[in-house]
Amino acid sequence: MTTMTDAPKPGFRLSMLIYDTRYRSMTIQIVVLFLFMAGAAWLVDNTIKNLATLGKDFSFAFLWNRAGYDINQVLVAYTNDSTHGRALLIGLLNTLLVSAMGCVAATVIGIFVGVLRLSKNWLVARIMTVYVEVFRNVPVLLWILIALAIFTDVTPQPRDFRATDEMIAAGEAPKASMLLFDSVAITNRGTYVPEPLFSRSLGNIDIGIFLISIDLLAFLAAVIGGFLAYRAIGTHATKVQEATGVRPKTLWKSLLVTIVPPVAVLWALGFHLGYPELKGFNFTGGINISNALMALWLGLTLYTAAFIAEIVRAGIMAISKGQTEAAYALGLRPRRTMSLVILPQALRVIIPPLISQFLNLTKNSSLAIAVSYMDLRGTLGGITLNQTGKELECILLMMLIYLAISLMISAGMNVYNNAVRLKER
Amino acid sequence: MKKSVFLGTLAASALLAGYASAATLDDVKARGELFCGVNTALTGFAQPDASGNWQGFDVAICKAVAAAVLGDASKVKYVPTTTETRFTALASGEVDLLARNTTWTYSRDADLKFTFTGVNYYDGQGFMVRKDLGVSSAKELDGATVCIQTGTTTELNLADYFKANNMTYQPVPIQTNAEGEQQYLAGACDAYTTDASGLAATRAIFADPENHIILPEIISKEPLGPLVRHGDDQWADINRWVLNALVAAEEYGVTSANVEELSKGTQNPEINRLLGTEGDLGAMMGLDNEWAKRVIAANGNYGEIFAANIGEATPIGLARGLNAQWTQGGLLYAPPFR
Repeated sequence: MTTMTDAPKPGFRLSMLIYDTRYRSMTIQIVVLFLFMAGAAWLVDNTIKNLATLGKDFSFAFLWNRAGYDINQVLVAYTNDSTHGRALLIGLLNTLLVSAMGCVAATVIGIFVGVLRLSKNWLVARIMTVYVEVFRNVPVLLWILIALAIFTDVTPQPRDFRATDEMIAAGEAPKASMLLFDSVAITNRGTYVPEPLFSRSLGNIDIGIFLISIDLLAFLAAVIGGFLAYRAIGTHATKVQEATGVRPKTLWKSLLVTIVPPVAVLWALGFHLGYPELKGFNFTGGINISNALMALWLGLTLYTAAFIAEIVRAGIMAISKGQTEAAYALGLRPRRTMSLVILPQALRVIIPPLISQFLNLTKNSSLAIAVSYMDLRGTLGGITLNQTGKELECILLMMLIYLAISLMISAGMNVYNNAVRLKER
Repeated sequence: MKKSVFLGTLAASALLAGYASAATLDDVKARGELFCGVNTALTGFAQPDASGNWQGFDVAICKAVAAAVLGDASKVKYVPTTTETRFTALASGEVDLLARNTTWTYSRDADLKFTFTGVNYYDGQGFMVRKDLGVSSAKELDGATVCIQTGTTTELNLADYFKANNMTYQPVPIQTNAEGEQQYLAGACDAYTTDASGLAATRAIFADPENHIILPEIISKEPLGPLVRHGDDQWADINRWVLNALVAAEEYGVTSANVEELSKGTQNPEINRLLGTEGDLGAMMGLDNEWAKRVIAANGNYGEIFAANIGEATPIGLARGLNAQWTQGGLLYAPPFR
């Protein structure tokens, strides 16, 4: 007969949830989860209750109602008969436009300033230091406002361009004149530049939400085709060089295939420029780049570029001096050392903080309110919100859209980051 | 457990929600101060003077309500609001009353859930341009750049007017009257459009008012009035009858100068009821019987308020026009006090 001598298993007691380290962390997590859920439920419920008290419903149906207001900068067709949803799209496109312009310009200026700040030329390096410190340490809102003030108060009014009969009789010139062979007019209502026009236009494709110009597509196709042909010529030249040791001359061929197709397409479509001209109260024709857009773009760009410059400088300084010395020892000139050896390695350090600068710039673009640029906040979060009284819906939608834009920028930049990061094999 | 926590939360928030919607009159009395939403700055209607005290035609409404409810016209906290923030401020309870050149429209009443308690100024939308622009009618504004306050009825009227007349324009959106003034003077827009009274008030403070004209076309009806939130009828009644008392006082000749004397009793029972010497009208609204007397003593009657802030003797120089008493060919018509 055998006897079991196993120690008796202790039963599960409730107090073990707190005193037993095996269960304690689980207990804490569950409690926190419940508290979080309760908090969220309270917020939602409170909102619903208070909306009900005010007699308001929660619905996005207003997006399909007629907007009734006009917007001064529209990238795709919009009139005051369009819907609030359409106005949202206009605002979104305006936000994306200024963000994209800002990101590109800030990156270019930032890299330029960051590299030059490390220049051996004392004066150049100091000037860049002053730029970085001045722009980084003054709020971006002020830069935007200053830019707008300059554009509004310093530039001439459209009527200053007019030569009245008395002035012609007296032999006086108008107070202001257009630049670049009478093609560009800088006024306090915006800058008017010539617009591309096609006299034998192919029309547009309607893809439901907006129209796409076939002319533009044809032009892009010609440019891309030319580029691909250029690549093919280069590959062929390399092949010949590997086989024979002599690289064939490709300059004329390359020029031919890259330049001729786009020019031919433009000629076939009857490309010409539409110049702005003073008619009535304003310039008509041409493209009007509003001062609000210019001011916002300039403010955001110069401010963010200062941060990007510092990121670039940090990235370059993170690369050990030995790399530079090694490149010099191989006979590379300083400029090629920078572009072939230092910058590719520095990119790995630069990209992650650069992502946050792009995100900052995009979110800062909502400062458009200060210069009345009609971005997403101006249309959806401004006029639509006010005319419909749907505060909660508009703000939620706006938060969601900004969140989506930011996440997409992050995702795109992360893909790029993965492409350039150090690959360990 | 999950369910009980959720239900508990529900119950707690229901209690909070119930508490939040208590009567506005009690809130104001308990606070001892009226929160009144006004314009950020519009000369003659709402603007702080040199010593920081708010003055103006709309401000007088705030003062009158404070006088009726709290017995002291100075117990008002003025909350400056822009055209975009005003409705949110009122709906969220940040202000008890909005007296800010706000147009009474169907959708603001029915959809935004506000109650307009009357009209204190019958207005219409106009255009102001520089004289040297050579424009004498709004119909000549085809292609013009127009400064417009966002989130207003004028913004929608503008779009409608230009469409109806088959004209185009370029809008320059602005947030406040001050910004509009700056943009207009800098020449960033050819014309500035808002309520005609607002244009007159804005022009009055220009360095060269004689070089600007207000075009003759009035393109819309803009009945401006004070408003409160839906759902508190008692508070709406108080505001409605304060305004009516101001109008009725002018009609019966009760002024800030003679209100004390008339409140001792007159031959006219309507004045007696208004000033509380006869009947029990105050108690019906939850106030005492002398509320109207205090309202008139604080600012004077409607005519006195008009003359002092925006009338022909002031730089703004507005004529009574539609805002005269019905007996004088205007639209002001207070229902009987009985």
